[in-house]
Amino acid sequence: MSATMAPPKGLEFLPVLEKNLGGRVTAREGLAADVPTLVTDAASLHETARFLRDDPAAAYDLFLDLASADLSRLPGAQAPKTGERFQANYILYSTKRNAHLRLKVNLPEKEPSVPTLTDVWPAANWFEREAWDLMGIDFKGHPNQKRLLTHGGFVGHALRKDYDAKQRWLCTEEDLLQTELAAQTDEPSDMFETTTLNFGPSQPATHGTLRIVMRLDGETIVAAESECGYLHRCFEKMSEAHTYSQVFPYTDRLNYCSPMLNNNGYARAIESLLGVTPPPRALAVRTILGEFSRVMDHLVCLAANLVDIGGLTNFWYAYQPREEIYSLLEACSGARLTVSYGRIGGLAKDVPGNFVPWCREIIKGTRERISDVETLVTRNKIVWNRFRGTGVVTKEQALAWGFTGPCLRASGVPFDLRKDQPYEWYGEVDFDVPVMTEGDNYARYLVRVEEMKQSLRIIEQILDKLPGGPVRSDDYRVILPPKEMVYNEMEALIYHFKLVFEGVKVPPGEIYSATEGANGELGFSVISDGSGFPYRLKVRPPCFPLFAAFEKIIKGGMVSDAVATLGLLNIIAGELDR
Amino acid sequence: MKITGPSLPIAPGKIAPPIAPGVPSTGGADFLTTKLDVAVQWAQSNSLWPMPFGTACCAIEFMSVVSSHYDLARFGAEVVRFSPRQADLLIVAGTVVDKLAPVLKKIYDQMSEPKWVISMGVCACTGGFYRAYHVVQGVDEIVPVDVYVAGCPPTPENLILGIMMLQKKIQSGELARHREAKTFVPIRVGEDPVTAIPAYSNAVMAHVPGRHALPGMPPSAEDEATPGGKREMDAEIAAARGRENP
Repeated sequence: MSATMAPPKGLEFLPVLEKNLGGRVTAREGLAADVPTLVTDAASLHETARFLRDDPAAAYDLFLDLASADLSRLPGAQAPKTGERFQANYILYSTKRNAHLRLKVNLPEKEPSVPTLTDVWPAANWFEREAWDLMGIDFKGHPNQKRLLTHGGFVGHALRKDYDAKQRWLCTEEDLLQTELAAQTDEPSDMFETTTLNFGPSQPATHGTLRIVMRLDGETIVAAESECGYLHRCFEKMSEAHTYSQVFPYTDRLNYCSPMLNNNGYARAIESLLGVTPPPRALAVRTILGEFSRVMDHLVCLAANLVDIGGLTNFWYAYQPREEIYSLLEACSGARLTVSYGRIGGLAKDVPGNFVPWCREIIKGTRERISDVETLVTRNKIVWNRFRGTGVVTKEQALAWGFTGPCLRASGVPFDLRKDQPYEWYGEVDFDVPVMTEGDNYARYLVRVEEMKQSLRIIEQILDKLPGGPVRSDDYRVILPPKEMVYNEMEALIYHFKLVFEGVKVPPGEIYSATEGANGELGFSVISDGSGFPYRLKVRPPCFPLFAAFEKIIKGGMVSDAVATLGLLNIIAGELDR
Repeated sequence: MKITGPSLPIAPGKIAPPIAPGVPSTGGADFLTTKLDVAVQWAQSNSLWPMPFGTACCAIEFMSVVSSHYDLARFGAEVVRFSPRQADLLIVAGTVVDKLAPVLKKIYDQMSEPKWVISMGVCACTGGFYRAYHVVQGVDEIVPVDVYVAGCPPTPENLILGIMMLQKKIQSGELARHREAKTFVPIRVGEDPVTAIPAYSNAVMAHVPGRHALPGMPPSAEDEATPGGKREMDAEIAAARGRENP
């Protein structure tokens, strides 16, 4: 880029960076709805990353995602240069400037490798392990580069385009024992014995799919290592083999406590890529049901966590509103839990006629149950002893570890995409973003309780001005036309046929689109090659950095505190492992 | 004590005075006889202690089933244990991936006999729509299954139906597996996924066809015609309630 041209919006720091690096960094215009993109090479990646973090004009303090891609099957103008095949896309965010950035590195076919960024953003650790595991990109200098999501007996890198999606590998018990915890500990000379405790995966507090290996001195954790992948069901590989519409059921099962929010996030990503806007009623219903899902998610988080620490009563209280919301979702979509209600360009169908009074009734009941739970818990002596001062995460740690969502807000960073980059109807309603500064379990509990109340407030405001009209876009290139038209009009019949057989044709391009999931920023990185199938779909799961940091949070605490902390981080294995 | 059970051969009649002090009468309908097996099966089927091997979305629905609205206690199966050594019913709720397969196998082996397995949801039954490189294509690759419960996730009613079918199987003395068939069926590598239920199994499928979105809607013609449909299930649930509160 020449010096005379003004840098693109949001990249005002670019001239300085170019001067420092001597032209090895270029800016690339993204889509209108996409994030600004910088392209660099592997040799100058580390320097660029440091600049982006430290320069006050850039200040990208949050590492959000690493979306790797295998470009070898991309056609035409999108095809990689000769000898190149892989790509690493780092998604960054600046909490000071409220801006996203994509940092792109193209990598060769043979021995793709980049320097690790774990020393710049510690959050990169697990993302890099995942990219190594699934895409085979080597991260030079990574402290612990080994498989993360697949098991030790796995051969090959599953997300490469030449990997057969059905090829499985035998996992034996020996393959599971890949933690090298013994090497971690530095035992003082006066400590004559420490014990190793295997915590999970089949343990009620770990929800069946998380595993932590701890070294204990008495009951104090001196070292810990967490492992995931016990629910890695290949979401990203599966979505490459399905049309854009067929991916909706898979997104339901990412965070199965709040499926509607995943539907919304995915639909928004694809709609931005297509340039389609759903009708206002569809967006309003999405917001309402999304907020109900957030309430459900927080309720199940609190209920399960309180059971883990010994308070069973709240479970029955918290599950009652969930059943009410399930009934509502079932009436709208036909399914209780996995709704698949979103469509590209709107919703599957309109809501039932008694939607508004029904919602109001649920809001009333939910408020009562939340207040019941609060009465039992908030000032409970046992809860205070177990929650206050345990699992503390400072503001700096939370940012470095890549936290988003309630856990980040409980540590004192008021970052909420609904407020900072409003989408759907969030710009038109009045709500507060609860923030605590303590960063302990009690703060996380209070933030979640308050968020539920704010969600109900949002829903009430939208119900007051719920617009009429259709819930499906009239752009029949992306959404099925109504049956009467299909039977009576030639053109509609053709659209119907093409949509069913070929899927939604999304124009070539790429996008990173983020929404506020129940646990934090839920991002979808999509690469489209112009066909009806996503070429590459990468999810930024909010839980992933939370669980990656878990082993650091619990170090030095007691085992019982670890249980309380794990519950309030709200790790959902479906989106953690995908 | 009056024993009420669905399959106990209770012969009504008067109880004759004993022949001698301490020696009961032996006449035809004078006293109640039953096989020990039947009594034991009746007891086992009505006090199942489930261990949920919950991994994914189905585990959330399992939580709904045990919580107050659906209340699994009505069927005597509410004592949820998280230790396999205290449980006799393993409910595999959710997707089992290759990395988790040895764990599931180990947990099954730790349960003491008699033990039963319900495979809850299509992921556990067949791998579901995850026909992929890291997903077990049905837990019957690893453990013998007694009842397959369809659905993604199954509705709570469907799981309850599955448990009731298992109770029937226990009472009839059927077992899903040969007693000696404790072998680990190895994970098939690189083969096409399983399409049929393995030969050693005589498992049954719990499936409620044509479930309606809203309670109170009339059942469809399909429901009326299908055995095991909504009408029949409602009747079974009503009968079970009647048994508990005569």
